[in-house]
Amino acid sequence: MKKVMFALVWGILAGTGFAGAASSAPTADKIAHKADHMAFYQGMDAKGKIELVITDKQGRTRQRVFNMLRKDSDESKSDQKFFCFFQTPADVRKMVFMVHKHAEREKDDDRWLYMPGLDLVKRIAAGDKRTSFVGSDFLYEDISGRSPAEDIHELIKTTDRWYILKNIPKKPGDVEFAYYIAYIDTKTFLPMKMEFFKKGDRCYRIIESVKLIPVQTEENGTRVIYPTIAVSVARDLESGSTTKMTRSNMQYNVGLGDQIFTERYLRRPPRDAMR
Amino acid sequence: MIAFKCNVHAPEAREEHVPGLFPSVEVHGFFEVRAGCRTQNDPREKDTSMMEARLQAEFFFYTDRAEFKFKADMWTDGITERLEYDTREAWIFLRPAGFMDIKAGRQVLTWGTGDLFFLNDLFPKDWQSYFIGRDREYLKAPSDAVKISIFTELVSIDVVYTPQLDPDRYITGEFISYWNAPLGTFAGRDAKGASHKPDRWLQDDEIGVRVYKNINNYELALYGYRGFWKSPGGHTPSGIAEFPALNVYGASVRGRVGPGIGNIELAWYRSVDDKRGSNPLINNSEMRYLAGYMQDLGKDFSASFQYYVEHMLKYREYKKTLSCGPSRDRLRHVITVQLTKLLMNQNLELHISSYYSPSDKDAYLRPNIRYKYTDKITLEAGGNLFFGEKSHTFFGQFENNTNAYTSIRYSF
Repeated sequence: MKKVMFALVWGILAGTGFAGAASSAPTADKIAHKADHMAFYQGMDAKGKIELVITDKQGRTRQRVFNMLRKDSDESKSDQKFFCFFQTPADVRKMVFMVHKHAEREKDDDRWLYMPGLDLVKRIAAGDKRTSFVGSDFLYEDISGRSPAEDIHELIKTTDRWYILKNIPKKPGDVEFAYYIAYIDTKTFLPMKMEFFKKGDRCYRIIESVKLIPVQTEENGTRVIYPTIAVSVARDLESGSTTKMTRSNMQYNVGLGDQIFTERYLRRPPRDAMR
Repeated sequence: MIAFKCNVHAPEAREEHVPGLFPSVEVHGFFEVRAGCRTQNDPREKDTSMMEARLQAEFFFYTDRAEFKFKADMWTDGITERLEYDTREAWIFLRPAGFMDIKAGRQVLTWGTGDLFFLNDLFPKDWQSYFIGRDREYLKAPSDAVKISIFTELVSIDVVYTPQLDPDRYITGEFISYWNAPLGTFAGRDAKGASHKPDRWLQDDEIGVRVYKNINNYELALYGYRGFWKSPGGHTPSGIAEFPALNVYGASVRGRVGPGIGNIELAWYRSVDDKRGSNPLINNSEMRYLAGYMQDLGKDFSASFQYYVEHMLKYREYKKTLSCGPSRDRLRHVITVQLTKLLMNQNLELHISSYYSPSDKDAYLRPNIRYKYTDKITLEAGGNLFFGEKSHTFFGQFENNTNAYTSIRYSF
């Protein structure tokens, strides 16, 4: 009986011990999902202005500015809708780029482009998500989010500051990298740095979050603060090009309606997007 | 190591529009020089196909209730040898109710699924600008119209009313020489075609309707139009171009097909002034069909393919009453392939549109290269190449107009 009791107590202790370890150091998958949530899914919707300054190896700069609206789908939390209203440069001014993002891996996103000069609503074929977003060093997937389900996550180190994850693509043929290392802030769970490697452990691309800001909002009637990446920098080590992305006027849970992400507003953007 | 700190400060103040007497006006535009020349001699036209210095300016502002836009072009034209002016847009936009939008005034209008094919889009086109190599924006000519849009749970409806016919800016011979069928000869600057344009206000009007719905991102639409052939669809016995009455009924669907986007569109062109098809002076009724598919083939590389058919409906009557000149085929087939490749951080765009008609045995190629030197300066070069065996087919008639052009644009 004593032996049984001892075994039981030991078992409970061991069990709680395991649980304790799990809560202080979550699994790699949990970290990856939480980081994805923090970077791309905070709030039910969001709006803000995004400025991209692209500086090439020779120091020449180009600027892209657009207002972005985002809304999460009511049915499936991981589907999202995006509405980008371009302000500069001149050749894309007042163009609208709209995306219905589908989180399911097999389902391509739906994309539209509105060209005001021709009053033309163009449907765009879902392309390679690893292509440059508006000519910057950020890729399409860096803006809309890369689903954690696409990679195998491995927690390689935990420090006071960071969970360091190694992410290996499940389908290496679909991407240009062999793996990437993500430094996830232990407090905010925001990805603070991502280093992309090609075969032979050659780092060729780095994205860093250089400034975070707290954005106040309301969630179910209570005041909350969403830590938000205000400035991030993407560096292409192969081309020598750098892009600085600055978000301003960030607001969450503004109550954007689903109707905004339709042809009506594509042709005449809402004031929320124009301001 | 970079220190990451969370700066705690109040969220940035919300940018609010302050309603008042002086809303801020956005001013933009560009200055452009564009020149082109024929690559072969055309005795009916100048060797220069285009020579212009153009200023476009636009003004936009909004109040709490409305939006206003004015956009106009002014350019010196080396072909007409005049200073030209064109108001491209001058409209007011209102959202009077949650379910309704109204846009009234001069505006550019587009609907339908074709890429450079317009079946149910009967809004005016500017073929002259397109064939000499002006910016693609100029393919669409403006309409003086009121557009009312109604949005319901079931469907959305657009109604466009144009109180006075806005015809295409069609080929008149001034910039591009063409085959003048009634005269059985080529026509150019020396013989600019005369026309009778219906122009009675509120009587020679046009109305276009589109009813559409998006189901799982498959875009379905029905169309109706009552008006006129937009480019001359007939002529008087003495050869003066006319715009006979035309009704069009059609439908389209567009959506995801495999890894790309597919579209199908069809339209019934009912030539109301010649329902029986026995009047050789007026265009016959037609069915028009279009099927298209576009897909990304690689990084920043997209391709589209379209198949288009015009089917003359009263062909026997047409053949029977045709008095002179070569006859058209019952079916006209056109295949288009378009390829676009972006290079150098998407600052260099290589594009080609190609049209080929196996029934007319003619073709049209539009290569274009565009380089964004800076955010403000864009350089462009391209060509319009026409090929054909016969002088009366759609692209074949323009063979002598094959041209190359280049431009530089500064935007502000």
